[in-house]
Amino acid sequence: MIRIDSVTKRYPDGTVAVDRLSLDIPDRSITVLVGPSGCGKTTTLRMINRMVEPTEGTILIDGEDSRRQPVTTLRRSMGYVIQNAGLFQHRTIADNIATVPRLLGWGKQRARERAAELMERVGLDPSLARRYPYQLSGGQQQRVGVARALAADPPVLLMDEPFSAVDPVVRKGLQDELLRIQDELGKTIVFVTHDIDEAIKLGTMVAVLREGGRLAQYAPPAELLSRPADGFVEDFLGADRGIRRLSFFPSSALRPATDAVIPVDASAERVAATGAAHLLVTDADNRPLGWAAREELTGGGVRTDRLLPYGRPFVPGTDSLRTALDCAVLSPTGWAVAVDGDGRVTGVVSQQTIGEAIRAAHTAGRAEAEAEDEKVAG
Amino acid sequence: MSGFFDIPSDLQHSWTGLIGLHMREALLPVAAGLLLALPLALLCGRFRWLYPPVLGVTTVLYAVPSLAFFVVLIDYTGQTELTVMIPLALYSLVVLVPAIVDGVRSVPDETLAAATAMGFGPVRRYAQVQLPIAAPAVIAGLRVATASSISLVSVGALIGNQGALGNLLAAAQKYDRPELAVNAVLTMAALAIVCDALLVLLRTLLTPWMPRGGTARPKPAARRAEITPEGAVR
Ligand SMILES: Nc1ncnc2c1ncn2[C@@H]1O[C@H](COP(=O)(O)OP(=O)(O)OP(=O)(O)O)[C@@H](O)[C@H]1O
Ligand SMILES: [Mg+2]
Repeated sequence: MIRIDSVTKRYPDGTVAVDRLSLDIPDRSITVLVGPSGCGKTTTLRMINRMVEPTEGTILIDGEDSRRQPVTTLRRSMGYVIQNAGLFQHRTIADNIATVPRLLGWGKQRARERAAELMERVGLDPSLARRYPYQLSGGQQQRVGVARALAADPPVLLMDEPFSAVDPVVRKGLQDELLRIQDELGKTIVFVTHDIDEAIKLGTMVAVLREGGRLAQYAPPAELLSRPADGFVEDFLGADRGIRRLSFFPSSALRPATDAVIPVDASAERVAATGAAHLLVTDADNRPLGWAAREELTGGGVRTDRLLPYGRPFVPGTDSLRTALDCAVLSPTGWAVAVDGDGRVTGVVSQQTIGEAIRAAHTAGRAEAEAEDEKVAG
Repeated sequence: MSGFFDIPSDLQHSWTGLIGLHMREALLPVAAGLLLALPLALLCGRFRWLYPPVLGVTTVLYAVPSLAFFVVLIDYTGQTELTVMIPLALYSLVVLVPAIVDGVRSVPDETLAAATAMGFGPVRRYAQVQLPIAAPAVIAGLRVATASSISLVSVGALIGNQGALGNLLAAAQKYDRPELAVNAVLTMAALAIVCDALLVLLRTLLTPWMPRGGTARPKPAARRAEITPEGAVR
């Protein structure tokens, strides 16, 4: 565990970048430092690998003062990824990735094999190994940055706004990739960003810092959204925090209704037997085709070219309530289509049903929080 | 009538011999200047307060005419090649220190931060990250230093015929053979062009990592390149 213990950083010009900050960073999880520009995120991160020395306070790595070991040893045990990747423009991609292993004295061959292995892990084509950084896209460079940080298999990864210079689509890909890599490798990651959505998506724990390097709140993302500590955190979370919070509620409690789903070859009697105004028509394989108004179907025989698009389906249990609600809002009928993992229809869910699930989840969340408070108070 | 390449015997060298001598007197000082400039630039990069005074001193040195150096040095080193080469080494130093410092400073902060974060010590970082990236700027400095050194060697003719090809200029007057002066100037120009071409080739070999073609970013020009037109004799 990394323990930041009452650390203050005052730069020579008098700027207090970090003010008596204390944070316990748990092992094998992603801890995000988030806050407005200039609030001391980079300074905090750089104090962990001693690129910046604290003015006061100590940083303990597994219980030991980080100043006890030689600074280069400390740094080689911590991967570091920054915005724009900071690649060595004069070295090939493979040599960039092999940097720390080479510094640690690995042989050329072993370092090269390691580089190839890491390129695969971060999703880079092996043919890029002999290229130079200028020949790569921003997103590819960022992947090289991550591979380079992982090269010597350090237990800790420090990441300073690693994905903020790439476009949103590439960023999402990199974030998903990081989560996947983290699932496989279980590093202790400290991740700096000014993007609250990124913080909520990636963080196991999120530390919100305010100007002057003071800690505003340190909590898991769901708690941050449900119980912001003060107005500053609430403002920082933004206006739609209620909607975003739904990402943390599973949709498994939703019970999709099946009576409004009919196969494409349904008989007129079958259509007449349903009560809903709109019916979801499915093909022979039980995959969704589209919506039809009931009165259009009463004559029997479905005109598939006249169906309304069914929009994006969701998978109950896998997707969150936020996704389910989004599907319902986007659906032309106001009903979300539920499918199983293979894309076969399991039913449809109304906005009203989702609303009820949201209220139930809130109630459960409140009860849980109160129980927690009592535990803390008692 | 004596030919273009017939060198008066009192110069004690053939034409090719003079070329060899000239190259030695011109290039050894550049090499010495580079050897001194590398650690000096490292210190200037590391201790920022050091750069302005170093720059000041070297600029003053640059302003001292080579003749004045000879007058002082001749008491210690006599009428030798060394007397010619010491000022030339200093001039090279003056060109190279700012070229290297500027080149090293043009390395992006992110690259430096990444190197530091990966556990490069200051010297290793300088040698393995900063200098290779500064190579184009260093070579730009070397081109200026080499060209001016090649032309400045001729001034050595003033102290006991230590000017290599420059001695031909004096001989041209002495024997009233203007073709010798033309020979000297053309040969020196050719040497300067060949050395420059070799340095350009070296840069190409050292920087496979630079974008080639129209999109290359502008290289930081060596300071003073515009003050010392190639071939100016001081
Ligand atoms: N070397 C320095 N000398 C003096 N002040 C500094 C130095 N580095 C940072 N600061 C100041 O310390 C404060 C915190 O800087 P820091 O870089 O840690 O912020 P940050 O949260 O990373 O900001 P950003 O989101 O813009 O990257 C800022 O006010 C900054 O101006
Ligand atoms: Mg920052």
